[in-house]
Amino acid sequence: MTAIVTRRDARVGSPALAVSVRGLQRRYGSRVVIDALDLDIRKGEFVALLGESGCGKTTLLRALAGLDSPDAGSIRAPERPSVVFQEHRLLPWSTLWQNVALGYENTIGRTGAARALAEVGLAGREDDWPRNLSGGQAQRVALARALIHDPALLLLDEPFAALDALTRIRMHGLVKELVALHRPGVLIVTHDVDEALTLADRILVMRAGRIAASFEPGEHAPQALRPALLAELGVRSH
Amino acid sequence: MADLTSTRDTYRSGHASRALISKDVLYRWLSWTIPAIVVLLWEIAARLGLIAPQVLPAPSSVFETAVHMAQNGELFVHLGVSLLRAAGGFVIGGTIGLALGIAVGFSPLAQALLDRSIQMVRAIPFLAMLPLVIVWFGVGEIAKIFMVALAVLFPIYINTMLGIRQIDSKLMELARVIGLNRTAIVRRIILPGAMPSILTGVRYALAHAWLALVIAETLATTKGIGFLAMDAREFLNTNVILLTIIIYAIIGVVADALVRLLEARYLSWHANYAKGART
Repeated sequence: MTAIVTRRDARVGSPALAVSVRGLQRRYGSRVVIDALDLDIRKGEFVALLGESGCGKTTLLRALAGLDSPDAGSIRAPERPSVVFQEHRLLPWSTLWQNVALGYENTIGRTGAARALAEVGLAGREDDWPRNLSGGQAQRVALARALIHDPALLLLDEPFAALDALTRIRMHGLVKELVALHRPGVLIVTHDVDEALTLADRILVMRAGRIAASFEPGEHAPQALRPALLAELGVRSH
Repeated sequence: MADLTSTRDTYRSGHASRALISKDVLYRWLSWTIPAIVVLLWEIAARLGLIAPQVLPAPSSVFETAVHMAQNGELFVHLGVSLLRAAGGFVIGGTIGLALGIAVGFSPLAQALLDRSIQMVRAIPFLAMLPLVIVWFGVGEIAKIFMVALAVLFPIYINTMLGIRQIDSKLMELARVIGLNRTAIVRRIILPGAMPSILTGVRYALAHAWLALVIAETLATTKGIGFLAMDAREFLNTNVILLTIIIYAIIGVVADALVRLLEARYLSWHANYAKGART
């Protein structure tokens, strides 16, 4: 088999697309984790990726982030997508503004970082240390850092899984606001069906390395999709 | 808006500070009582002639000797020479240790090439090297500085290397996502991340440096605190011997305070080193 992999293209084919994946394949030894997968995400579109553990959804996200090299297929993605991980991954030895501006100190600087912190509800905390933050606050700083350079593609790897239920609901509201403001294409990997229904314009269910089903909740009563989604995930609802 | 997310620290201190401060002060004073009593008993015993002055002179008489030697400048000449030796050896050994530690911690190739050899040399207790060092360099200044450098090198090397190894690989992954260049990775992630470990190395290195200095200065010298002690031994001048021991102790305490200053400066982000967390 020929492996043709186009990596990191700053000029995504269509200006409206944040990412475009064709025929993506990834194997670990003989096990195929991602199998001939196609995916397009438009700018400003919020896509959720659901699936059981080990179905390949995190591998897909890591491939889009440039952290994992596929064996075959092509990925057209912006040069610098942003990632928010399950852990906040803030540098404990840097103040909040330095964390937010990491890599962009000269272009965005303290003023830009302060504005980004204000956007996530942490105005005036520029000089504070990460150790003084709660889990939700730390994840908000991680969001501010991810959006500091207005990325065309935002990748969220179960970013709210470690938060308590109430904080998670607040974070959903914040993420919706921020995405409406910055309009990146978003891919969120999650285990939480309700999270996907609340946030996403399109929900993909991944199974055995392929996209097995696609749902578009739309404006009205996204909860109506819940039973069908759960059925796709192998959960029988009552 | 009420701050519902204030940290536990502020909550605790806001709640109980009034009662704690006076207790803190009390305990700090209390910690000095036993040393004070010991010195007092020692002074009384010496004055009453219970202890022969050749064995252990009275604290007041050691103090008088110190004042006398400070006034004629003798003390500072010897102290200065000793400190110069220590500083010279520390800078040389520390620089080499840091450079090797960064190289080996960072690059698997450097580790493959260097680590085994360094560990083999490290297995030798540095004091056992003394006879060989004398054969190589004689008993002059170079031998003394070499001994200090040797004592300092390994603790700095080991702790720098371990500090770099222990850096969270998830942070390195983040650096990749953000697209930091190599310089920025070293400056923003590797060095600050390894700093707690490096400063632990500095602490050990200082302790080893004094040990090396004490031993090296017993070699034929005409200057230095060690010379003072050797010279005083010849004349059974217990006052001066005791004084040199006390000076070594004071230098150790000052060096430790210096490291704490560095910790306060570079590790203020760390909960364990934040203001007031260590006393």
